[in-house]
Amino acid sequence: MEYLAQVQSLTAIALGLMIGLGAVGACIGIGIMGSKFLESAARQPELIPALQGRMFLLVGLIDAAFLIAVALAMFFAFANPLLSVLG
Amino acid sequence: MAAEAPDSSTAYITHHLKHLSVGEGFWTLHLDTLIVSIGLGVIAMGLLFMVARKATAGVPSKGQAFVEMLVDFVDGQVRDVFHGDRGFIAPLGLTIFVWVFLMNAMDLLPLDLPGVVASWFGAHEFRVVPTADMNTTFAMSITVILLVLFYSFKAKGAGGYAHELFTAPFGPNPLLWIPNFLLNIVELLSKPVSLAMRLFGNMYAGELVFMLIALLGATWAGFTLGSSVSMLGQVVMGAAWAIFHILIITLQAFIFMVLTIVYIALAHEHH
Repeated sequence: MEYLAQVQSLTAIALGLMIGLGAVGACIGIGIMGSKFLESAARQPELIPALQGRMFLLVGLIDAAFLIAVALAMFFAFANPLLSVLG
Repeated sequence: MAAEAPDSSTAYITHHLKHLSVGEGFWTLHLDTLIVSIGLGVIAMGLLFMVARKATAGVPSKGQAFVEMLVDFVDGQVRDVFHGDRGFIAPLGLTIFVWVFLMNAMDLLPLDLPGVVASWFGAHEFRVVPTADMNTTFAMSITVILLVLFYSFKAKGAGGYAHELFTAPFGPNPLLWIPNFLLNIVELLSKPVSLAMRLFGNMYAGELVFMLIALLGATWAGFTLGSSVSMLGQVVMGAAWAIFHILIITLQAFIFMVLTIVYIALAHEHH
């Protein structure tokens, strides 16, 4: 019976780590990319429309791994398959 | 009224996560995904077709102007990346963009509304966002990778493509054939997986946040202070998340389209 609580508690800690570490990586990455974009926009304002489209594309790509981790974390939060092994 | 015991809130969420499915095991069909995705595809392509049929070279109607804007946008994206015959790739990009955008936009419907409408027809669960189902996103990305393989063979020939698989990116030395091949296989497998999981993850997480916000409003117990504050919180947070989600919806459809175009364009390149 105590094994059930152990699986649940470890799952909860794992979810926190997944979402937290993913967020750290995604936010730092987007921050660096955004700062480069602002620098180049200040240097060459006529390129802003072209760069902006590509910047949003990169935002989506950088966010991808983080959001996949969030989706998996949500899945484990509500339909944890590890609990079914214990019955 | 509704007790906030963990069982009932988890049960609310797990109920909303169930698909309307028939069959079991490998042959489970998610009827809700199929109905909504096919229906939206027919509506979207039907509207585009009807506007195209009545297109005039004179002063355009508003519908025609909107469709022209869309077509110009997608054609511009294709022209940036691909320098060959755009006759197939640009319409593919337009289809993907419009269809994925509409499927994603179903996430903005109120959470309990599709369930109520489905219960009029006798169904007890109905998930209305097809792209929050892994089947849809993987179907689209597997189709894209099959197209990439088809165009690789067509543009480079079977011999040329095999040569490239074994000699790119490290070099033609026979010792490097195995690493080259492994890297190319990894690249070929990671493209559809990342394409599908990116769209799925965004939509699934968005849907789940909507469900969690709806839980706040589900605790309505009359006009007491607690439940009124919860209801106000639900409305405010729901509105904020929906506004942010509009950006995510459009962005994910755009990213899927651009990556499809880029992958197919890369398949045409010789080295």
